[in-house]
Amino acid sequence: MAPTPAHQLASDADRRSHRDARHDAWFRRLLKGCALLVLATLLGAALSTLWGGREVLFKDGFHFLTSSTWNPVADDYGALAPIYGTLVTSLIALVLAVPVSFGIALFLTEIAPNWLRGPVATAIELLASIPSIIYGMWGLFVFVPFMASIEPTLSDTLGKVPLIGKLFDGPPLGLGLLTAGIVLAVMILPFICAVMREVFQTVPTRLKESSYALGSTTWEVVWDIVLPYTRSAVIGGIFLGLGRALGETMAVTFVLGNAYDLSGSLLMPGTSISSSIANEFNEAVGTHRSALIALGFLLFVVTFIVLLIARLMLRRLSRREGN
Amino acid sequence: MAASIYLRRRIVNVIALVASACATLLGLVFLAWILWTTLKSGVGAIGPHLFTRITAYADQGGLSNAIVGSLIMDVMALLICAPIGVLAGTFLAEYANRTRLGAIIRFLNDILLSAPSIVLGLFVYVIVVLPMSSLTHGAVSFSGFAGSVALALIGLPVIVRTTDEMLQLVPGTLREAALSLGIPQWKMTVQVLMRAATSGIVTGVLLALARLAGETAPLLFTAFGNNFMTVHPLDKMESLPVAIYQYTNDPSPDLHAIAWAGALLITLFILALSLLTRLLFSRHKVRYD
Repeated sequence: MAPTPAHQLASDADRRSHRDARHDAWFRRLLKGCALLVLATLLGAALSTLWGGREVLFKDGFHFLTSSTWNPVADDYGALAPIYGTLVTSLIALVLAVPVSFGIALFLTEIAPNWLRGPVATAIELLASIPSIIYGMWGLFVFVPFMASIEPTLSDTLGKVPLIGKLFDGPPLGLGLLTAGIVLAVMILPFICAVMREVFQTVPTRLKESSYALGSTTWEVVWDIVLPYTRSAVIGGIFLGLGRALGETMAVTFVLGNAYDLSGSLLMPGTSISSSIANEFNEAVGTHRSALIALGFLLFVVTFIVLLIARLMLRRLSRREGN
Repeated sequence: MAASIYLRRRIVNVIALVASACATLLGLVFLAWILWTTLKSGVGAIGPHLFTRITAYADQGGLSNAIVGSLIMDVMALLICAPIGVLAGTFLAEYANRTRLGAIIRFLNDILLSAPSIVLGLFVYVIVVLPMSSLTHGAVSFSGFAGSVALALIGLPVIVRTTDEMLQLVPGTLREAALSLGIPQWKMTVQVLMRAATSGIVTGVLLALARLAGETAPLLFTAFGNNFMTVHPLDKMESLPVAIYQYTNDPSPDLHAIAWAGALLITLFILALSLLTRLLFSRHKVRYD
């Protein structure tokens, strides 16, 4: 087709706007490609660990999830002990970190004088920026001996209590599930606290003031007004902390004791998914390596679900705020 | 009767407030305890040998190859994740702000922000280390390059999120003013919006650096470790966190001392970085969790 006269006569401005439109389209594609890389990373992490662990996941299937044997010599792998260790340590961490974070958030939003809030909040947030390897070292060299010194007392007191007594029964090694749980609690505390503090500040002042005007105490305002108002976001924050605790590696590797035992006592050494991977990966070959990557897949799926719930709960609050 | 209810409520209140102050104190005690331990054990072991000798000398050595390796991998990781993260964040803020795709990416980016770093290490092991090893018939397997890819994945979501939020803070009138002058949108984005948000974007990059500089788990099976000095990105590369990890696992107290010195270096670096970004850019408020 012959070029139209209009095209021949196209002014500079016309050509330029065509060129600009083309550049704009390319720019947009470039940006979109980069943004899609975020999706690709998550998808890739899931698929690549599934692929790397296929040998164990598909061959052993259910056996891998339910067996507690972990025997590289016989090439027999069961994930129960690491899963158990991961769940127990994360649970201990939550039980300890949630009330403490709540206390700190309460202190920072309702009690502390204004000049104290900034510095204390910064200090608590600094806990989050300390690298996990430092937590691990401190845990091994300082906190384990400390725990070893107080564990006999724990066994003598809490160990005698019916029902929960069994949990605190065992040799005072210092290493073990309880120690790892406490170190994890310190690690996830700033994350939970940051969410709580932030959402507590979103509670409308007139709600709180109405309650104060009716004669409520500070505690009653927080417990009956602030907490119900922010419930879903607080749960979201707790799940966020749980997600952190489940996947944390370096802080627990040193203090867990690396033993593939299913022990009823919290004072006994154990292992976790992440610490098994960190400890054994570089010496593992063949099926052993595949089993470790399969563990990684399990960890990824579980943390993904936990974080998904966390983000959904957190989003509900921001929708109510009208953002 | 009524008086006793009032009294009980007041007592409950006082107990709760005291407990919350104690919780705060507990948090601060742990912070002080960890920092003090690191400082006390690290300062004694710091000396010139740390920066001049390599880890191959073990207890007679230092950490120079680990420091160099860490610097190289951190910088390479930033070079990978900063451009991608800034562009992706720009897409979220400028092109997909109210679209479904934008919402999904933003949501998943938040999940990536707290995804377990050890799994990201496994991911890079499977997609970088294994293919490189089979392509070169084993000549190149673990490498500093693979390590920096793993670190980049950790820094990426931080930069995406900061860029996204910082660009959204730029007033809409600036966009309209620029577009009404006839500037194409890409030029407006790069020359007007990004310039207006520069300090915020730089904050994001620094925070990403603070976050990835302390990572150990993903480096174990990507960069591996190397007792000798190397600057070649395709060699196995030592890094400070991995050296600390290995020395902590060793029974020798001399190595523990070196590990503490390394821990002090890395903690000081990261704390200084995060305090600096906080002080310099405290007006931008973004959450990182």
